[in-house]
Amino acid sequence: MAVESAGASVAERVRAVVEAHRDERGALLPILHGIQAEFGYIDPEVVPILAAELNLSRADVHGVVTFYSDFRSEPAGAATVRLCRAEACQSVGAEKLVADAEQVFGVKLGQTTPDGSVTLQQVFCLGNCALGPAAQINGRMYGRLDRTRLVEILAKGAEA
Amino acid sequence: MITVFVPRDSAAVSVGADEVAAAIQREAGDAVRVVRNGSRGMLWLEPLVEVVTERGRIGYGPVSPAAVPGLIEAGMLAGADHELCHGVVDELPWMAEQQRLCFARVGVIDPLSTDDYEAHGGLRGLRTALERDPAAVVAEVTESGLRGRGGAGFPAGIKWKTVLDAQGPLKFVCCNADEGDSGTFADRMLMEGDPFCLIEGMTIAAHAVGASEGYIYIRSEYPDAVSTMRRAIDIAYAHGWLGENILGSDTSFDLFVRVGAGAYICGEETSMLESLEGKRGMVRSKPPIPAITGLFGKPTVVNNVLTLASVPAILADGGSAYAELGVDRSRGTQVFQLAGNIARGGVFETAFGITLGELVDGYGGGTRSGRPVRAVQVGGPLGSYVPAGQFGLPMDYEAFAEAEAMLGHGGIVVFDDTVDMAAMARFAMEFCAEESCGKCTPCRVGAVRGVEVIDKITGGDDRDGNLALLNDLCELMTDGSLCAMGGLTPNPVRSALNHFPDDFSSGAATQKEAT
Repeated sequence: MAVESAGASVAERVRAVVEAHRDERGALLPILHGIQAEFGYIDPEVVPILAAELNLSRADVHGVVTFYSDFRSEPAGAATVRLCRAEACQSVGAEKLVADAEQVFGVKLGQTTPDGSVTLQQVFCLGNCALGPAAQINGRMYGRLDRTRLVEILAKGAEA
Repeated sequence: MITVFVPRDSAAVSVGADEVAAAIQREAGDAVRVVRNGSRGMLWLEPLVEVVTERGRIGYGPVSPAAVPGLIEAGMLAGADHELCHGVVDELPWMAEQQRLCFARVGVIDPLSTDDYEAHGGLRGLRTALERDPAAVVAEVTESGLRGRGGAGFPAGIKWKTVLDAQGPLKFVCCNADEGDSGTFADRMLMEGDPFCLIEGMTIAAHAVGASEGYIYIRSEYPDAVSTMRRAIDIAYAHGWLGENILGSDTSFDLFVRVGAGAYICGEETSMLESLEGKRGMVRSKPPIPAITGLFGKPTVVNNVLTLASVPAILADGGSAYAELGVDRSRGTQVFQLAGNIARGGVFETAFGITLGELVDGYGGGTRSGRPVRAVQVGGPLGSYVPAGQFGLPMDYEAFAEAEAMLGHGGIVVFDDTVDMAAMARFAMEFCAEESCGKCTPCRVGAVRGVEVIDKITGGDDRDGNLALLNDLCELMTDGSLCAMGGLTPNPVRSALNHFPDDFSSGAATQKEAT
């Protein structure tokens, strides 16, 4: 793999994202969302590029990236399952759903299955508190989940 | 042509509304026009399908995609009776007994139709405001008695007056839509179900304080609200409701959506401002207050979604009409949210003063599991647990404060008698440790120590000594934290301990499992 040409293209893509938000006030968060949408994650190697483009220190950019739990430093699985663990979902069995999901996929919260098919995450509240337990799967919200329904949804998603 | 409403609200979608809408379109073809409305707020009936008839909008729910062919065969499109039929939706006690000001249009209209919006009273408030001096608009809001709906309950009129009186060429209006509290979802439902209402409220605020730029900070966990708000803003610009010379007036206002990145603390106003500036969401010390030194150091109105969405009705019908609703110093209506283990969960907007029991046992119908209610948590993860014995409490800021509880954003999370309150107290500390911004020591370190000391108590390790230590720690966090995160985390911990001390004895959890 031609590391240098790949590196150059990464930098170009990063700069394109920066340019799209250059006129916005306090643009770092929109830019980081843009980088994650572009690459699927925020590789530590883009931090110095962003710092140079925005006239910030690397430490500033690194500090912002690591503060927010949405920004990931490595790629996620094909499907991202975010299980709500906040109080309202706990009152209808969220902790059991978490245990079930960990058993079904064989990974803990925060991990990705070895085949890269599923990333399991916790989230505190999706705003579906009357129809819990809730989860967000690839950006879409699901309610009244149990082990069976969770497995069904992911099986359907895999076919599509 | 028959009009059928199927909600596009993400809670309705979470239980199959998209599939139901597709099934209806497929089965009925060109005979129906399917409108994707917001949710009526009766979430236990979702997906709730409404058919427009001469009698009114007839509701069917909860409808599964598989049930659609049978429903159509049974005459749903003519409003025929069926076991899933609930009759005219507006006449159901849940709907008829509410006083919907903020939520008047949510679930009723197509959220992105400007015609619907104006036909249902939209823009009346903004037109009234633009005809008046900024100071007169602020006075109207002050007279209404409107208090911040985000939880703290600070009078909105006083905040606006401070920003109006602050000098400077650049001022901001920021809407805090970082609705991270468990058990609250009204901000999300309003943004998805009536986005123009928030835009109108923010534009009135901008006119009132002399701001030219606004930001809506929406949490990333709400992708549907983000896309609906963005589309609504584009439409509003196209109609001259935003931008230069709004509705032909001298007022100009630009509005932007910003998306959070998974940090609960950014619901705290100064942390949100830091985040909007592109920084870590670290809490600022107050003073200076954001009204004077806010976003990028400029005078800034920071209000919650529901506060700003209450403003159009106040301007349209007058502050005194709004103030006639409610009790004592809690004026107007509050959007209560029934959540957790509840039979009939959803949104119920009514004047302050209704009791907790009327909401939970009455409208809510008790628990979903059918077991007795043991405790409810009111006001989010930083709110106190209230035992079923205190269901006579009226829902108003001061009555709750007196009972050492917090009304907050109006979210009520119900737990049945299987709940382990020591585990919930431990979770409150765990959550604080996870979400603390780390700026102040009582919160950053206190929360970690809190988890440890609760583990020792439930593990039977020097119980009395550790209970004293926990009390000490709670007092320190309350008094010494920079913001509400560390300052209020002791609320759920202490209330669990006070009302349910038996859960904290060693082996309580295992005993519970055995029963």
